[in-house]
Amino acid sequence: MMSSELLANYLPIVVFLGIATGLAVVMVLASLIVAKQKPDAEKVSPYECGFEPFDDARSKFDVRFYLVSILFIIFDLEVAFLFPWSITLGSTGVYGFWSMMIFLGVLTIGFIYEWRKGALDWE
Amino acid sequence: MDSITFDTAFWLDIFNTYLWPLLLIVGKILLLVVPLIVAMAYLTYAERKVLAAMQLRQGPMMVGPFGLLQPLADGLKLLGKETIIPSGANRFVFVMAPMLTFMLSLVAWAVIPVSDGWVIANINVGVLYLFAISSLGVYGILMAGWASNSRYAFLGGLRSAAQMVSYEVSIGLVLVTVLLTTGSLNLTTIVTQERPIWVDVLLFPMFVVFVISALAETNRAPFDLPEGESELVGGYNVEYSSMTFALFFLGEYMNMILMAAMTTVLFLGGWLPPFGIAALSVVPGFVWFAAKISFVLFVFLWTRATLPRYRYDQLMRLGWKIFLPFTLLWVVVTAGVLLYNHALPGMSAAM
Repeated sequence: MMSSELLANYLPIVVFLGIATGLAVVMVLASLIVAKQKPDAEKVSPYECGFEPFDDARSKFDVRFYLVSILFIIFDLEVAFLFPWSITLGSTGVYGFWSMMIFLGVLTIGFIYEWRKGALDWE
Repeated sequence: MDSITFDTAFWLDIFNTYLWPLLLIVGKILLLVVPLIVAMAYLTYAERKVLAAMQLRQGPMMVGPFGLLQPLADGLKLLGKETIIPSGANRFVFVMAPMLTFMLSLVAWAVIPVSDGWVIANINVGVLYLFAISSLGVYGILMAGWASNSRYAFLGGLRSAAQMVSYEVSIGLVLVTVLLTTGSLNLTTIVTQERPIWVDVLLFPMFVVFVISALAETNRAPFDLPEGESELVGGYNVEYSSMTFALFFLGEYMNMILMAAMTTVLFLGGWLPPFGIAALSVVPGFVWFAAKISFVLFVFLWTRATLPRYRYDQLMRLGWKIFLPFTLLWVVVTAGVLLYNHALPGMSAAM
């Protein structure tokens, strides 16, 4: 009973996903059918300001992008952890509040360390 | 004779229990999606008109009266263009990326309450669902940047992804602050929840942070670095043409409307009449909802006309060194103030 009701709540999302997918596919296919496709070697070469592209574009990139995504994972997990806490704080009360403060305190120490190490600076 | 009547009853039963509810769902979804796509098309028109007016120009005015058919003409033009797939590209991922962006921006609307009870999936974890879908949006951009095999697209994709994840964190913390005052993840409950005026005052800084983060999240000016025409010739969608480009474009504008809708639901009271004036409730809820979204969108356009573009290091500094510590502090402050004033939802029941 519970689970079937839960599923019934989520069914519209699945149907919606199907409709959205269909719409996207139809739009791309329609243009493929309607428009004349005439590729040639120059047309399909990657754009590089009029030059011939030198080599593969998937080269090394700045490690900072990697660092930012690592930091993102840490803080996004923290947010995911805060969601249930924020909903139930009314019933967990003072105890719940100060428990989370200890966790956030530890996290803040880590954050200050990152800051001092220069992980948040860009150049 | 007997068997025929039996069959009719059987098929009628199938129709009533399975097919009819499904058709109802499809109808509801179409009723949302069609106005949404029209709104999206006319947002591009509104953007050009508003920008033009702010620069003392006319904007589009040739196609139809006041240029009102311009979005239609643009769409038809894009439909008639050739879909170019670069020679070095990973074809499957290249075509998937814009479709994913478009799908995600559309699917997120399943939980947005347009008016009282007018919601497609009234799930009890609505905010979490929205947060998850908007996090997935990064994939479309990363896939496009990587699959194009073009340097500009690659750099644009990286920049865009780094920017989106940076502001995702502060958006998450703003959501937590709002949840503290509502005690529910359901968006309908969030709208209808009565909030005392001092709680609204407490939430006001978060509203400002949310709107700015929404601009960064949707890659809008002044945070439109990934698409900086003057430096990256268009960013991750350089190599796209025809409908694959159109899907990116539509997805982007749909995300703008979605962010405006989230602002409306979380802070501006959704479909309720403004400032709680009861006399104004003669106007149906969805009209207020649309009006509030239009207002937020106008602020987005206004920002674009007014502010110059940020530098990338400034953008990252704002996200990580100002918004993140500030929102984190504000979560603690809000939780503390609500707790010690016994104003948390569900608190009186526990006492």
